[in-house]
Amino acid sequence: MNTIEYFKERFDQWQPANGHNGFSAIRQEAFNAFSKLGIPTTKNEEWKYTRVAGLFNQEYQFPPDSLTASVTAIELDGLRLPGHEQANELVFVNGFFSFPLSVIRSADLTVLSLEDAAKNGFSELVEKQFGDSSKYIKDGIHALNTAFVHGGIFIHIKKGLVVEHPVYIYNITDARSANILAQPRSLIHINEHAHVQLVETYITLGPNQSFTNQVMEVTVEQDARLEYYKIQNDGAHTNQVSTTHIRQTGKSYVHTVTISLNGGLIRNNLNLVLDAKYCESHLYGLYFQTGQSHIDNHTVVDNIKPNCLSNELYKGIMNDQSTAVFNGKIFVRPQAQKTNAYQSNKNVLLSDTTSVNTKPQLEIFADDVKCTHGCTVGKLNEDGLFYLQSRGISEKTARMLLLRAYASDIMEHIKPASIRTYVERLIVDRLESDIS
Amino acid sequence: MLSIHNLHAGIEGKKILNGIDLEVKPGEVHAIMGPNGSGKSTLANVLAGRADYEVSHGTAEFQGKNLLELSPEKRAGEGLFLAFQYPVEIPGLNTINFIKTAVNEIRKYRGQDPLDAVAFLKLMKEKMALMNIEQSLLARSLNEGFSGGEKKRNEVFQMAMLEPKLAILDETDSGLDIDAIRIVSNGVNKLRNKENAVLVVTHYQRLLDYIVPDFVHVLYNGRIVKSGSKELARELEERGYDFIKHETSEVETV
Ligand SMILES: Nc1ncnc2c1ncn2[C@@H]1O[C@H](COP(=O)(O)OP(=O)(O)OP(=O)(O)O)[C@@H](O)[C@H]1O
Ligand SMILES: [Mg+2]
Repeated sequence: MNTIEYFKERFDQWQPANGHNGFSAIRQEAFNAFSKLGIPTTKNEEWKYTRVAGLFNQEYQFPPDSLTASVTAIELDGLRLPGHEQANELVFVNGFFSFPLSVIRSADLTVLSLEDAAKNGFSELVEKQFGDSSKYIKDGIHALNTAFVHGGIFIHIKKGLVVEHPVYIYNITDARSANILAQPRSLIHINEHAHVQLVETYITLGPNQSFTNQVMEVTVEQDARLEYYKIQNDGAHTNQVSTTHIRQTGKSYVHTVTISLNGGLIRNNLNLVLDAKYCESHLYGLYFQTGQSHIDNHTVVDNIKPNCLSNELYKGIMNDQSTAVFNGKIFVRPQAQKTNAYQSNKNVLLSDTTSVNTKPQLEIFADDVKCTHGCTVGKLNEDGLFYLQSRGISEKTARMLLLRAYASDIMEHIKPASIRTYVERLIVDRLESDIS
Repeated sequence: MLSIHNLHAGIEGKKILNGIDLEVKPGEVHAIMGPNGSGKSTLANVLAGRADYEVSHGTAEFQGKNLLELSPEKRAGEGLFLAFQYPVEIPGLNTINFIKTAVNEIRKYRGQDPLDAVAFLKLMKEKMALMNIEQSLLARSLNEGFSGGEKKRNEVFQMAMLEPKLAILDETDSGLDIDAIRIVSNGVNKLRNKENAVLVVTHYQRLLDYIVPDFVHVLYNGRIVKSGSKELARELEERGYDFIKHETSEVETV
């Protein structure tokens, strides 16, 4: 199958029910970029260890038909995250936002379709901020999402609004009758002094292959605060490229935790653009991989303005034949004096057949900065294991305690208690089944 | 209780223990002394079941069971306890949770029901008072950032919680201040009875003033080269190890 021709045919034919509503030019431009770039191969330095092109050797139902997407509210009930009774719930099915399935509990939270936002009152914001991530990610996969943008949402958190209920975002892929390629898209604007917690998760229904190619773009204004939690715990037949692009346009606080416990192939792009003085950003990640799964975390911290602080810690637990990639870029632009940027990636290997490629990439063009980075790849601490066993603790329990202890400095950064408890439970269950 | 015969052990081809014989009976206190690098900690670790060390020869029985065949956790279940010379720091593992897990795993091994939260807390308070240890220390990650003395006290506190039959204290006195040595020794003495035994590895007479040994052994080059009463420790304190090294080399050259 020629991937570009395959998508060109669909691009030419596809007319969403309500037209392209102002996104035609953007779509066309993105499709041209896609045609030029194609799906990245391992010759592309950014995709050296992640064989995403292989996922296009099969057919997907694409674009998925938004009208036949068939998840019912009852089915959704079985998928909700703990604490949902107190949460705003935003539901995407096969990449299209579903207003009927979504529940908005915070009265002042504005959620519009992208098309409506572009027409009604938010056209300036949409025009300015939509597509900001393409300045950082110049590959065909990213362009593919934009080329077919439809059914996405715009979330607006108005000035001073502290959203008291966390916002849960479910990306559901209904692969019960066909392989599905889903491309959710969202644009989020957090105004001055506003606070919000986002919790995002991915669920595939059915045995067929799913591929989620997601782009989320967020702007965080002066004195605003964003906590973003990504939980990836989908089946081995599910794959995703998930781009989260956050621009801090005023002195603000951003805190992200990316938990990847299961899946086939996962590529996470997380960009933090520190585009104002005194921004503070925290990037935490925990991946626990088994079987043949593959996790690739590409992060960018771009220090544009002076006096910003970023702190990044990603930890991995690797089992079986799983593979992991960590690529952490830190840019310090000439103007960004007094930048403090910390980065660390640690990996524990539970088997001899896993592999980890970890690469810090620092490009520093200012002289008065503090940047540190480090990575480790090793086995579970044998001294610790013996110490615990010598106290009567079985080897299995000792390994579990040590791995939970290892994960704890990521887990403690999951602030919503019900989500933290939920993720802890997932990890314990996984340890129970993985550790012998 | 513990009988060791002609025990040889080493690591990565390097021989460290070269034929240890030792007999410990219930109710006894044995002290093991000897110069740095003579193999004291190796002996303690081999008895506790550290897998890195290879036993090439000899036997070790503990209460009639072949100790060398048991996993470290089973040895603990049988009642063996090692207070480490260098306790391990484990960031992220809460000390109290760790001890609670240990207590209940050992109870499980012995066919006892686990202690519930209330019973555990009661036991813990009692032993904390005995060892003069503060709860704020136990609320922290296991040994992480503990001072040298705090780590040692935590070791003895764990011993008090687990109530072993045979406790091996590997240089538990080093790093302790004068008051702490007295507190820890008193604690150990209070836990002593005619059914259990203690093996203390130490360099100093000071500890043996409090925990008075029935026997003193000198380990040198992986062998017990001299055994005696508590007087032997005093003699070593006065004269150093030179006379022993001298004696052994003479023996060897004969
Ligand atoms: N894991 C190891 N790898 C290599 N050599 C080791 C190892 N453990 C012990 N040794 C060596 O074995 C010898 C005995 O060490 P051990 O720790 O038993 O001595 P010790 O009598 O306890 O000394 P100290 O009084 O200094 O604590 C030393 O030469 C030591 O370097
Ligand atoms: Mg020693």
